[in-house]
Amino acid sequence: MSFIKSTFRHPRLPVNDLGLTYRDYEGALSTLCAGCGHDSITSAIIQACHELSIQPSEVAKLSGIGCSSKAPNYFLNKAHGFNSVHGRMPSVATGANLANQDLLYLAMSGDGDSASIGFGQFAHVVRRQLNMVYMVANNGVYGLTKGQLAATADKGVKNKAGDLSLFTDIDLCVMALQLGASFVARSFSGDKQQLVPLLKAAMSHKGFAFIDIVSPCVTFNNHSGSTRSYDYVHDHITTAAVTDFVPVKKEITSSCDSGESEDVCLHDGSIMRIKKLQTDYDCSNASQAIVDIEKHKKAGDILTGLFYLEPTASDFHEINDTNDMPLNKLTQDSLCPGSRVLTGINDSFR
Amino acid sequence: MKKTDTDNYQHFLNVVDCQQACPAHTPVPEYIRLIAEKRYTEAYLVNWESNVFPGILGRVCDRPCEPACRRARVEETPVAICRLKRVAADNKDDISAFLPKIPHKKNGKRIALIGAGPASMTVARDLLPLGYDVVMFERDAKAGGMMRSQIPAFRLPETVLDEELNYIINMGLECHFGEEITSLDKLLQANFDAIFVGTGAPNGRWLKIPGHDQLDCNATHPQIDTGINWLAKVSFEHLKYEDENPAPKRVVVLGGGNTAMDCCRTAKRLGAEEVTVLVRSSFAAMKASPWEKEDAAAEGITIMPNYNPLEYKIENGQLVAVLFEQVESVYDKAGNRSLQATGETLLVECDQVLVAVGQDTAFEWIERDIGIKFNQWGNPKVKSQSLQSSLPDVFFGGDAAFGPKNIISAVANGHQVAISIDLYCQNADPIEDRSDTSFNLVSQKMGIHEWSYQSGIDHQVRNLVPHISWDEAVKTLSAEVELGFDEKLALAEASRCLNCDVHTVFTESTCIECSACEDVCPMDCINFVEEQVDDEQMVKQFHVPELNEEQSLLVSAPLRTGHIMVKDEDVCLHCGLCAERCPTGAWDMKKLTINHINATIK
Repeated sequence: MSFIKSTFRHPRLPVNDLGLTYRDYEGALSTLCAGCGHDSITSAIIQACHELSIQPSEVAKLSGIGCSSKAPNYFLNKAHGFNSVHGRMPSVATGANLANQDLLYLAMSGDGDSASIGFGQFAHVVRRQLNMVYMVANNGVYGLTKGQLAATADKGVKNKAGDLSLFTDIDLCVMALQLGASFVARSFSGDKQQLVPLLKAAMSHKGFAFIDIVSPCVTFNNHSGSTRSYDYVHDHITTAAVTDFVPVKKEITSSCDSGESEDVCLHDGSIMRIKKLQTDYDCSNASQAIVDIEKHKKAGDILTGLFYLEPTASDFHEINDTNDMPLNKLTQDSLCPGSRVLTGINDSFR
Repeated sequence: MKKTDTDNYQHFLNVVDCQQACPAHTPVPEYIRLIAEKRYTEAYLVNWESNVFPGILGRVCDRPCEPACRRARVEETPVAICRLKRVAADNKDDISAFLPKIPHKKNGKRIALIGAGPASMTVARDLLPLGYDVVMFERDAKAGGMMRSQIPAFRLPETVLDEELNYIINMGLECHFGEEITSLDKLLQANFDAIFVGTGAPNGRWLKIPGHDQLDCNATHPQIDTGINWLAKVSFEHLKYEDENPAPKRVVVLGGGNTAMDCCRTAKRLGAEEVTVLVRSSFAAMKASPWEKEDAAAEGITIMPNYNPLEYKIENGQLVAVLFEQVESVYDKAGNRSLQATGETLLVECDQVLVAVGQDTAFEWIERDIGIKFNQWGNPKVKSQSLQSSLPDVFFGGDAAFGPKNIISAVANGHQVAISIDLYCQNADPIEDRSDTSFNLVSQKMGIHEWSYQSGIDHQVRNLVPHISWDEAVKTLSAEVELGFDEKLALAEASRCLNCDVHTVFTESTCIECSACEDVCPMDCINFVEEQVDDEQMVKQFHVPELNEEQSLLVSAPLRTGHIMVKDEDVCLHCGLCAERCPTGAWDMKKLTINHINATIK
């Protein structure tokens, strides 16, 4: 029986600026099905956090209910975490972020959690421009309840039990673009080369960063009629631009050739290097991105990559003009104005 | 990168580092698993089949397997493989019923063996069950060769030696003890179908420095002797010290190999009060096994490295001291050592000096005009796979073929020769007609998270072998120093084995490239990479691009997306998580079984 992953590690494993190996960013051993795409997302998050030298204790992991929402247990076990009520993760995230804006908020949600029961919460957290990374592990079915069709399943597909998807599907990237998210991307759990730089950019981005990650359900949605199976996605994935993330402190070396690429500077000084693969690609135009997504969907393709990036957008705290000091760090001295000021206020009403 | 050939056992055998490092390719993980299940008799038989002398080797093997052990690469110390072998030998039941049956009807072929050391005895063990008449000639009174004459009883008890040699002698080996072959030509006339020469390297080297010629090397109680000669005299009780003839009190041993260690420890037991080993090399570069050096030091023997002997000092015909110069080992770019004198000298007073600086083969008894060719070092020219000499019916093996090595190499040679002789006697070519072995890979899956072997891997320090007190040890010549593992220690040590013979086997056609195995692997062995013309570029995509050049890669054919899977075998724990995480069974844990181990010795 081996439900335990050995604590042995490769003797030549690289360490980051904090002296940690990626194994220090792991969590519990996953209890998801063998081959679940969510585990690959977990692994990509671990890699991104390790490479960015993020201090695990400065991260808050948030999730709702579903297979996807179990995933935060499997990474960064030294981070803060809150597994909230179904579909209510955005509210909890908002509350936590209000109290302490200094943490990095990593939220994991699924298609049921965000596109069905939590659709309203999702819409409003996008509107609020909360500074967080909102990841949806999108497999098109409710895996935890044995594979009923989710609202993100393409119209006309069948699930494993043979039920037909009768209704128009919800595209969460399109929703996020319409509602004003300042970072929108789609990726595939099986393509870490694309996913890891996107995650790193999303973590460095100040504002609401949304990544829809196609993540096949190996148990209930990996059959031949599915449009979210490993084989289908491998065959129909397409990308408009290759992106690479160049962190602040590193000398600019990138897998993209700089000659034909465009650099976008993020809030913290790191750079998103973008190499166009399709001529009409423009990551500064949200409505163009929506058109592109729809166009590829019609052709049966899954468009992935960075769709939209507004590096200078305001976040929730800026919009609300809150304190620079996180609220949870304010002491009684600064929060309580004292009896003299209170008397003055009271007197003004007399 | 070229796809790994998985239709052949070679890649898989390479992964089992201990087995590959063992000259006889003993299936180490297999017998350690049997020990872990307390199936000592079976563990012994697995050993016996391939290395012939498990009880002997479990005590005095050179252990090439241990430096190769994978645990030493993921933790600090290897599994105590050698001492586990002894556990099997110590705890086995009567094995006679499991030994091969010797056919009553012989095949009519007669084979002569010269010498009764490990190589010869292995040839006998392999050929007797096939119906050969095997005749052995040994100059000493008992079988065993250097195992008996050069290894002291405190390391290898006579009972153990006799037991394992008797298994072979009792197979119907015709023994001629005390019969030294003085002419190969004469033996060639004696109508043997094949002759095996396993005479070892019986000549100890002298140091011809000033003073040597004035000393009597052949005295009854010589002041100077070669290490192996002297050990043999002690072993066969030709050398006895009594009250009127007390043992030398101050003994100097020259040399840094295992013979030197055996000499100094034996001298101490015979009654020497001051035993000093002086060696030209540095302490680290000494040829003796590290544990031999440790044991000698524990018994109060002084080891002085970096001293080169210059002269034996003689007064009134008696040896009184040895003069040394201090040297430094200097290595050039190619790694060749040269010794540079520091200018300091040292005079070590002593009553006896034992010279253990090497040994040579002895072939004065082989006539040079009968067709056997020798190389520039005076060793016979043999074909490397068949060990057949330039005279087709004469075969060499062990130290006689390649100069002093070790017991397990001699056993391996014995297996090679037995196959060659068997082919030769059937009028087949010992190389051309040599058949390779078949092999099997059998899944060890018992359930979703269950394997037939202990797959969980944790940190465990190496267990030390208990020994009698060092004060007791130096008092008697024959008391075995090491006590061997008791059952508790043995089971603890056995559980450190990583089961490297249970292989991660990959099937391209069922892989859906979900990367589950890559993500879960605790040692970052598994990589799915884009195929590129340049191997270096591919290695750069690995999780850990810094490779161990001595270890192999398992390379798959291109997968559905065109990517290929490359597994770096270096630090794989064989924990089976990749196979547990694979949703399609593209990975499986399969145990390698090689049907004819001896055929893999090349």
